[in-house]
Amino acid sequence: MPTLIETKDLCKIYNRHKPDELQALSDVAFSIDQGQVAVLKGPSGSGKTSLLSLIGCMARPTSGSIRLADKDVAKLPERFLAELRRDLFGFIFQQFNLMRELSLFDNILLPLYPTEISGKEMKSRADEILRQLELGDRKQQKVKQLSGGEQQRVAIARALINQPEIIIADEPTAHLDRALTEELLTILARLKQNGKTIIIATHDPAIYQQQELIDRSYLMHDGNLLEVERL
Amino acid sequence: MARRLNILEHALSSLLRRKQKNLAIIVVYTLTVATIASVLFLTQSLRSEAVNVLAAAPDIVVQRLAAGRHDLIPIADAEQIRRMPGVGKVEPRVWGYYYDSLKKVNFTLMGVKDSPTNLPLLQGTFPANNEQCTLGKGIAEAYGVTIGDSLVLVDSSNSSKLYQVSGLFIADSELLTNDLILLQEAELRRFFKLPDGRATDLAVEVYNQREVATLAKKIKLALPDSRPIGKTEILHTYDTVFNWRSGIMLTLFASALIAFCILAWDKATGISADEKREIGILKAIGWDTNDVLLLKFWEGLAISLTAFLLGAIIAYLHVFFYGAGLLAPVLQGWSVLFPQFNLTPAIDLYQLFVLALLTIVPYIACTIVPAWKTAVTDPDSVMRS
Amino acid sequence: MPRTRLFVLFITALTLLLAVLLAQGIRQAANPSFSQRAEKKALVATLGLTDLSIWSEARYTRHPSQADLFTPFQDYPGAFDHFPAGSIIAPGQPKPQTTLSFKQRGEQ
Repeated sequence: MPTLIETKDLCKIYNRHKPDELQALSDVAFSIDQGQVAVLKGPSGSGKTSLLSLIGCMARPTSGSIRLADKDVAKLPERFLAELRRDLFGFIFQQFNLMRELSLFDNILLPLYPTEISGKEMKSRADEILRQLELGDRKQQKVKQLSGGEQQRVAIARALINQPEIIIADEPTAHLDRALTEELLTILARLKQNGKTIIIATHDPAIYQQQELIDRSYLMHDGNLLEVERL
Repeated sequence: MARRLNILEHALSSLLRRKQKNLAIIVVYTLTVATIASVLFLTQSLRSEAVNVLAAAPDIVVQRLAAGRHDLIPIADAEQIRRMPGVGKVEPRVWGYYYDSLKKVNFTLMGVKDSPTNLPLLQGTFPANNEQCTLGKGIAEAYGVTIGDSLVLVDSSNSSKLYQVSGLFIADSELLTNDLILLQEAELRRFFKLPDGRATDLAVEVYNQREVATLAKKIKLALPDSRPIGKTEILHTYDTVFNWRSGIMLTLFASALIAFCILAWDKATGISADEKREIGILKAIGWDTNDVLLLKFWEGLAISLTAFLLGAIIAYLHVFFYGAGLLAPVLQGWSVLFPQFNLTPAIDLYQLFVLALLTIVPYIACTIVPAWKTAVTDPDSVMRS
Repeated sequence: MPRTRLFVLFITALTLLLAVLLAQGIRQAANPSFSQRAEKKALVATLGLTDLSIWSEARYTRHPSQADLFTPFQDYPGAFDHFPAGSIIAPGQPKPQTTLSFKQRGEQ
């Protein structure tokens, strides 16, 4: 399988030249092949989220390169980055980041709005995903009326609606109990089967101990990244 | 196209989500537009009424000034003016004011000579003798009189006299005759103790309208203590009275605009943490800065267009169906007799267009600009919330 | 796109309503029997009226076009006005215009 994402000497410094300057990443070399599942472990504040947001084209590195399918995206203008986020990535955020006052259905359609996809097509895609995630009968409910597990599934549905190649999940189990974590793992396994590339940041052993699921395992500490040898 | 409609769809659902807040904005905004548009509609139609109707006013009115005050003019002067080439009839007019201390009302008393045969807006007749009078609707209503009833006026010798009402001006002429009382000219002279051989002013007919200004100059030369007032000046007076730049119109206009600015300013400066977070989420899941701006544009347009259209409709109904009932007290000032406005609509689409531009564009700008500041930042902040 | 459709319908309905009102207004203005302009003009001509009878509180508000130059509202720009209507009415043009001129002693 070809290498899908590769970073070299990646540095990110927040609030540069200010008193609260913070080096979040230093010389990070990360790579993942197409169809693989990678896990970033490490305590909070170690730079996992920073790395995910750089890989996910949400921010630009202070220095270093990010190659995405053999293209350097580190210095692309904002509108190309937005396009990449829209077409290539599906994001599952730690806080879900759903719009609580909107219905479930409206929430999962959000990534599709700035595209030329017609309303009909959107609806059929959404219905399909909702069916897979067993949310079909609740689609007109507002997100704030849903339980934590349901919100998690909505966040996953929103990440999948644009049929992304790469799924980025930041602490996806932080707010889930044991049973819901199991459910998430099942979904992730199914996505892997479908050939998706998945990057998960977590410090939940329930995830990073999944030998069959995980192809590569990284450890982050104070902005440095180490690849953990496969067991 | 699909993209624009999709984003419009989201704009609408996000407006509906904050139903109460947005409804409040629409209400305030609509009221502002309705106020301004009412003023525009009202003044525009009053102006057009004045300019159209007073086109039949005397070509020149000649007054006499004595020590800077309006004084009676010798009727002999009429002869001098009549001899000028281009002048038609010169009619001495006798009129004056009367104050009724009981009802605290001012009237205009006017002397007439003979009754016209067919005056459409008159019910009954002009006073045929010294015992009769003809009234405007405002007076008839204030005193509760109608044709056949009697009206008591106290003359300059302090003796009361009874006049029988022989005619009434009907409501459609209210804007012209509301406070008018017509008496026979001879009776009015007696009433005010006006000396014979003098009149209040002279109404001069000029054959060629283009000569009015020249003749006015000639009259001024021939009679240095006179003040000729040309018809164009009369029309000009009303053109400026109801100009949107004048007086209370401006005050109302300005306060409404300021209210609107406060609303817009509040909107512009008050982008909430929630809104910021939402913009962050949208950007993170693949919205471009342009998409966010388009979303805000739709939001602004949806609100401002709704408010503008509603405001204009309310203003139209208010002014032309309900006689500007809410503005009239502002216009009325201390007038005791005040006409009802049964207005003929006069619509200036250009003004309406300018109003639309002045209210819709700034509001949209106020919606977009603060969002733009948030939308250009990298969306990764949303990851760390 | 249910909301978009509703919104477009709503705006179209409002626009149509406004257009109908404006069109009605324009038609009324063009209709002599509604505006009664001819009748009103006949009245103005017969009585020799010069002003609208709107504010009857003072001479210069009842007959703004006829008021003499020294009534307060025409002493503009700085006059305080007793009557509110005076603030609605714009000052008239000071005609006839008088100007002061001076001659030195001995000058012709």
